[in-house]
Amino acid sequence: MSTEATAKATTLDRDHGLRLLREMLRIRRFEERAAEQYSLAKIRGFLHLYIGEEAVAVGVMQALTPNDAVVATYREHGHALARGLPASSLMAEMFGKASGCSRGRGGSMHFFDVSRRFYGGYAIVGGGLPIAVGLALADAMQGRRRVSACFFGEGAVAEGEFHESLNLAALWKLPVLFLCENNLYAMGTPIVQELAVTDIAARARSYGIPAHAVDGMDVLEVEAAARRAADEVRETGEPRFLELRTYRFRAHSMADPDLYRTKEEIERWKRRDPIVLFEERLRAAELISDGDLEELEAAVAAELDEAIAFADAAPIEPVEDLLKDVTTPRSP
Amino acid sequence: MPELTYREAVRDALRKALREDERVFLMGEDIAEMGGSMAVTQGLLEEFGPQRVRNTPISEMAIVGSGIGAAIQGMRPVVEIMYEDFLTLSMEQLVNQAAKHRTMSGGQVRVPLTVRTQGGAGWSPGAQHAQQLEAWFVHVPGLKVVFASTPEDVRGLLWSSIYDDNPVLFFEHRTLYPIKGEVPEELEPIPLGKARVHREGEDVTVVATGRLVHEALRAAEEAERDGVSVEVVDPRTLLPLDEETIIASVRKTTRCVTAHEAVTRGGFGAELAAVIQHGAFDWLDAPIERVGAKFAPLPFAPVMEQYVVPHAEDVYEAIRRTVARG
Ligand SMILES: Cc1ncc(C[n+]2csc(CCOP(=O)(O)OP(=O)(O)O)c2C)c(N)n1
Repeated sequence: MSTEATAKATTLDRDHGLRLLREMLRIRRFEERAAEQYSLAKIRGFLHLYIGEEAVAVGVMQALTPNDAVVATYREHGHALARGLPASSLMAEMFGKASGCSRGRGGSMHFFDVSRRFYGGYAIVGGGLPIAVGLALADAMQGRRRVSACFFGEGAVAEGEFHESLNLAALWKLPVLFLCENNLYAMGTPIVQELAVTDIAARARSYGIPAHAVDGMDVLEVEAAARRAADEVRETGEPRFLELRTYRFRAHSMADPDLYRTKEEIERWKRRDPIVLFEERLRAAELISDGDLEELEAAVAAELDEAIAFADAAPIEPVEDLLKDVTTPRSP
Repeated sequence: MPELTYREAVRDALRKALREDERVFLMGEDIAEMGGSMAVTQGLLEEFGPQRVRNTPISEMAIVGSGIGAAIQGMRPVVEIMYEDFLTLSMEQLVNQAAKHRTMSGGQVRVPLTVRTQGGAGWSPGAQHAQQLEAWFVHVPGLKVVFASTPEDVRGLLWSSIYDDNPVLFFEHRTLYPIKGEVPEELEPIPLGKARVHREGEDVTVVATGRLVHEALRAAEEAERDGVSVEVVDPRTLLPLDEETIIASVRKTTRCVTAHEAVTRGGFGAELAAVIQHGAFDWLDAPIERVGAKFAPLPFAPVMEQYVVPHAEDVYEAIRRTVARG
């Protein structure tokens, strides 16, 4: 996420390969640990895991600079980690602790970190799109060349907010990078029962927004496409759209028994596990060894142990502080 | 003191904010070339250009949502929703997003967004162009709600709304645009959360909003002729509410009528009655009377419309009922 990293082209050298692998692994293991903590009832409410979709957030984040903004959904742990929010602040947030990235007021679905220009965490399907358009509008009006990157699922494509937002961004030429994570299901509903036209990129093009569909299981392809699109947004100040074709390996949320997909289908997609695919590729190119992998796993495990210990020990905001920040106190 | 119409007073506040502050800009349907469906923003496009007086497509969710995004990013957008009825199409962004951002970000985000809108009966716009929906928003923590009834108030309150760091729903009443009133030479901000006592009295307090402030003042004059002295209070800001002024007034007069154009059931008067009975229970000499519209969608037929919404006579009758009790 450093400017240096984004300035670099997508050549697959050892450092960059390890970096992408580490980021995807961090997300995978973070989600597994979150599920554990959920079954221990340390995390309450909703928990939507990103397992299977890691290449999307990690690939896209390579194309963004710290100046760009990120808007995500309730399935945003991966985006937050890849954006650089510390795992400890995310775990603490899910534990409802005052040291969480949203002070325990947000929870799993509402991660915020303004210092990293991470503007949520939205639990209303489609709700983040108009807000991302507004962030971009302010940039355009204030003459800043930066990208507002907006992630959402294919379920949002049926919402009015999707259409209003694409139309406005295209009409006013606003620097938004729309990122549709098409994992083929909106909760239990397959895309064919949801969208009359399932070619999502085509729908974006119908608003005059250049759009491409990308293999969301291939982190390098995601990175390359995101770099092209983000550069174009920066250069033209106009919106771009990517449809990232992916799949979630776990149920929609912890409350979902996952009855609407066959085991075979899930297994088929798991053969395209973005982490395994990328690992094999790095090995084939002789860029990494078994030792590297062990080291990565150990480092990630240590980071997450620490995050959980931090979250466990973190303080709870006193209930007397409830009304703090319901509204903003200062009126100039 | 100069005189302005309510419409000119709104425009005056917008113009001054646009002149003095780069962060302020306007967005809404037909607010540019056309000058707004109520002619409020006439002339502003010419003075400030299309970047700052932005005609939007008919996309209420995107209007409010992009206003939120721009506000988070340091702008002070003033968006216009052409009719209150169309707020229904932007409810998601108002209720789930604007109102919640501060809390769910743990205090990291501010949303200094003003949403102007207007409505009101009296000219037979029918069921979908005249609703009074202000009470809905008083139910939502994280929002502020303003309903101004005079040129002076609308100007000073709009200014304070633009410069408040929270999302503000700013209600204007359609039939008040042409009314004239004196305003200070220089715009004087009116703090949100402060009621205005329009007329002092001893026997009954009428707490009224919007058009009903004017009806209440007429009713008060009528009652005066009967020897009943009426105090008229306009909360002006419904959220946060100046409970202190209202309760003090009722403790003095011992009787109270609430009055608004919105339907009585579940209306803002219900909230007022609850606040007042709690704060002035031992002082009350009569049940609190509520005046509002009958519980029906607004009919078109002019006679029927006039029958549904309340007028000075309804306020007067309610005053009579409270004094009739010992
Ligand atoms: C406006 C709205 N309607 C319904 C829901 C309930 N809901 C939560 S997630 C979801 C499915 C969304 O699917 P998609 O956009 O494809 O994202 P995914 O969960 O697959 O990442 C639904 C229907 C919601 N949160 N918001």
